[in-house]
Amino acid sequence: MDAESLLLALELASGSGQGLSPDRRASLLTSLMLVKRDYRFDRVLFWGRILGLVADYYIAQGVSEDQLAPRKTLYSLNCMEWSLLPPATKEMETQTSVVKGRFMGDPSHEYEHTELQKVNEGEKVFEEEVVVQIKEETRLVSVIDQIDKAVAVIPRGALFKTPFGPINVNRTFEGLSLSEAKKLSSYFHFREPVELKNKTLLEKAELDPSLDFMDSLEHDIPKDEDPRG
Amino acid sequence: MGDPPPDPEPPSQPTSSSRNSQVSERRRSRERTRPLVPEELQQIPLDPQILRGSQEVLSNQSNLRGWPQRASLTPNENLVFQAEDPYVNPGFSAEVQPQAYLSEGRLQASHNASLMLPQLQQGEGNLFQQLESAYQGSPADLPGQFTMYQREDLPFSQGTQHGPYMRDDPTLQFSPSELGFMSFNMELPEPEPRELAVQNAKAYLLQTSVNSDLSLYEHLANLLTKILNQRPEDPLFLLESLNRTTQWEWFHPKLDTLRDDPEMQPTYEMAERQKALFGRSSSGEGEQEMEEETAETAVPNIMEKAFYFEQAGVGLSSDESFRVFMALKQLVEQQPIHTCRFWGKILGLSRSYLVAEVEFREGEEEAEEEEVEEMTEGGEGMEAHGEEEGDEDEDKATDVIPKPTWKPPPVIPKEDSRTGTNRYLYFVCNEPGRPWMRLPHVTPIQIVQARKIRKFFTGYLDAPVISYPPFPGNEANYLRAQIARISAATHISPLGFYQFGEEEGDEEEEGGAGRDSYEENPDFEGIPVLELVDSMANWVHHTQHILPQGRCTWVNPLQKTEEEEELGEEEEKADEGVEEVEQEVGPPLLTPLSEDAEIMHMAPWTARLSCTLSPQYSVAVVRSNLWPGAYAYASGKKFENIYIGWGHKYSPENFNPSLPAPIQHEYPSGPDTIEMSDPTVEEEQALKAAQEQALAAAEEEEEDEEEDEDEDQDD
Repeated sequence: MDAESLLLALELASGSGQGLSPDRRASLLTSLMLVKRDYRFDRVLFWGRILGLVADYYIAQGVSEDQLAPRKTLYSLNCMEWSLLPPATKEMETQTSVVKGRFMGDPSHEYEHTELQKVNEGEKVFEEEVVVQIKEETRLVSVIDQIDKAVAVIPRGALFKTPFGPINVNRTFEGLSLSEAKKLSSYFHFREPVELKNKTLLEKAELDPSLDFMDSLEHDIPKDEDPRG
Repeated sequence: MGDPPPDPEPPSQPTSSSRNSQVSERRRSRERTRPLVPEELQQIPLDPQILRGSQEVLSNQSNLRGWPQRASLTPNENLVFQAEDPYVNPGFSAEVQPQAYLSEGRLQASHNASLMLPQLQQGEGNLFQQLESAYQGSPADLPGQFTMYQREDLPFSQGTQHGPYMRDDPTLQFSPSELGFMSFNMELPEPEPRELAVQNAKAYLLQTSVNSDLSLYEHLANLLTKILNQRPEDPLFLLESLNRTTQWEWFHPKLDTLRDDPEMQPTYEMAERQKALFGRSSSGEGEQEMEEETAETAVPNIMEKAFYFEQAGVGLSSDESFRVFMALKQLVEQQPIHTCRFWGKILGLSRSYLVAEVEFREGEEEAEEEEVEEMTEGGEGMEAHGEEEGDEDEDKATDVIPKPTWKPPPVIPKEDSRTGTNRYLYFVCNEPGRPWMRLPHVTPIQIVQARKIRKFFTGYLDAPVISYPPFPGNEANYLRAQIARISAATHISPLGFYQFGEEEGDEEEEGGAGRDSYEENPDFEGIPVLELVDSMANWVHHTQHILPQGRCTWVNPLQKTEEEEELGEEEEKADEGVEEVEQEVGPPLLTPLSEDAEIMHMAPWTARLSCTLSPQYSVAVVRSNLWPGAYAYASGKKFENIYIGWGHKYSPENFNPSLPAPIQHEYPSGPDTIEMSDPTVEEEQALKAAQEQALAAAEEEEEDEEEDEDEDQDD
């Protein structure tokens, strides 16, 4: 949710039951302004909240001029003080995939995971149990990254691509019409395209290169089925 | 179109006079008003001579037209025309007939054509073929009617040369070549009074097709209108494509290019429905209504609870909460409700469910329950009979089929209403404004199966739940089972709010089942918020725990009812010794939350203050970690539970559906069912050798015996 239209967006998303208390809302509005100024972001988005056992993480993302460039992620425990998170890497993902269960809510908490590792000591090869410490911050980073890659969605027409390369917000975008809004093909994944190059030339011929430069939601698995069976 | 016309059957001959009267009757009785027509009739006298004359004309006409069926017209068949008038637009046929009588020997092709075409444009193409032969040519004074090109709802106008067309300028004469070959789609009527036949014919044509709302009548009318408007060069050739275009246009209304039609959006319909919510009930006078409404109603104060939940960061937006409030108010008005509570919202894939927890007034719900029970009992009785018959058949068979050893597990009876899991009734609706639907009571087997599966709700109550192990019921049952589980696990209240009744009964006598009822404590003072947050012991469950059996109070499934004893005494005696079911015990009512089991070293509940910045005005919020979406708040003497979520339990692992059971043994394996390998040659030879040895040995013995006998005999 864009920090500028935070309240409206919260109202619209309230159907799922998750909302923010008034004090949090007020703190968010204030602190996100400051974050935008300090980090010189073009837009600051309130990403959401990750529930933990002891405390909850509030996550924000900052977008620079090029909308598709990797976004910077910040987290806060009280919606006032924000800390920058390191960018996600593949190793982090593999490392944290073994951790299961809820988040603790303490960024310095360390998960312990015992692994069997083969250790070579001279001629002997034996397996040793190694306890690997995984920090919760790392887990947070990789989880946010996974969620983004999977479900960050943007409607068609909201961003457009210029011949120079950078992707800009489309100021003339008025929203999708009712019939378009019901189709999955009018929504894109908000990430670098993965499947676009696999499309056949015939499909690409229908696309508009300035608008359709991201993966559409149509081909995601599992497919949308009729609920009546 | 393009079907050849079937052969006409000669109907009975009404007399000419009766014919006339019938015609006039029919005219009067037809749906459309044609005030001009009777006048026309009067102008045209019936002349039997003309009739006869017309026969020849008829036959000539038909030859001209190339319809061989007409060629063999007999005087009797002449009357067929009148009988076939039913196919025609009744108004039209009225004119047709008198014309037939009138015009004598006038074989003007052009006239015929002009007569035919208007009939064609009537929209019932089948009929005209016969009718045209009836046309002997129009008398000069009545051309208008025939050249009239009309739609079904246009009246005739008498005397005008060219009648009002629907859309375009009238045309004068049509050449025969322009006429399309209109197929005859209808069957001939049985010899019935014409009126009835006409109405039957029309009704048949007005039938709407299965796939759309369009009827043949309308479609043909549209098609002919279109043809006459556009006047294409060779309409017969273009008939097929014109047909298709007309069909397409029906479903794609022409949009005005200058102005946009307002769209009928589903949001408008929803707004209409919700508008009804906001209307006040019309009964009673103004003052009385106010008094009634300020008195105690069963509708809870949703707005207040929504405010507190909002402090906790949970809940629907305020206008949605208000709509929920109005919808609950509507529910209370419709059903005899004693207490009502907004239980929560369960999200679904297509639509969501708003759930209301309700208690009926005494005695109100028994009627519906009895019906349901009778149905289920009837079903069970029939199944029992089925089993008996099956057993008998098996005995009669010569080859005894091995009886299956698998017995279905005994059905655990569901709990009575107002007790245990069925303590409250639940109503659901998809959105405020839609009607509330009642959920059935939950049975223990449904709860047991619901624990094993994990399905998202679609939003339609009658959707099937396809899963393994198979869930006994549809989505309504699954929803009810999940609601029962969530209620049992997450409905909590501050310690002391509820207390047990005054009877401090002997717990031992009840078998350790515990008490199952509680009442509000009038002396409850409220626990300070900070204490509520600190210790989980300050909160208690006020719903009964559901045992693994699926019920709150334990029932021994092996206790046989009388029916079961009659059925299979012998078989069950064998099983008695083996199975002993332990009584299942769960934590008693009003146990504090600190006793709840942990999951994976994680506390099952998380308690927070709603706002750390102002603790003096905060509300204590407790969140369940076991059922994500279940929240409870408490502040002073008020507390409330709510669930907003997908309806699934938390599991640290991803869900894996259970594998199907291993295939059962079909039969006990023994030497006669198992394939043994055939003996090898060596084995056979060895056997043979052994047998020979045995034989030899036996022979020797016999010889010895014989020798002995001989010796004896000799002696």
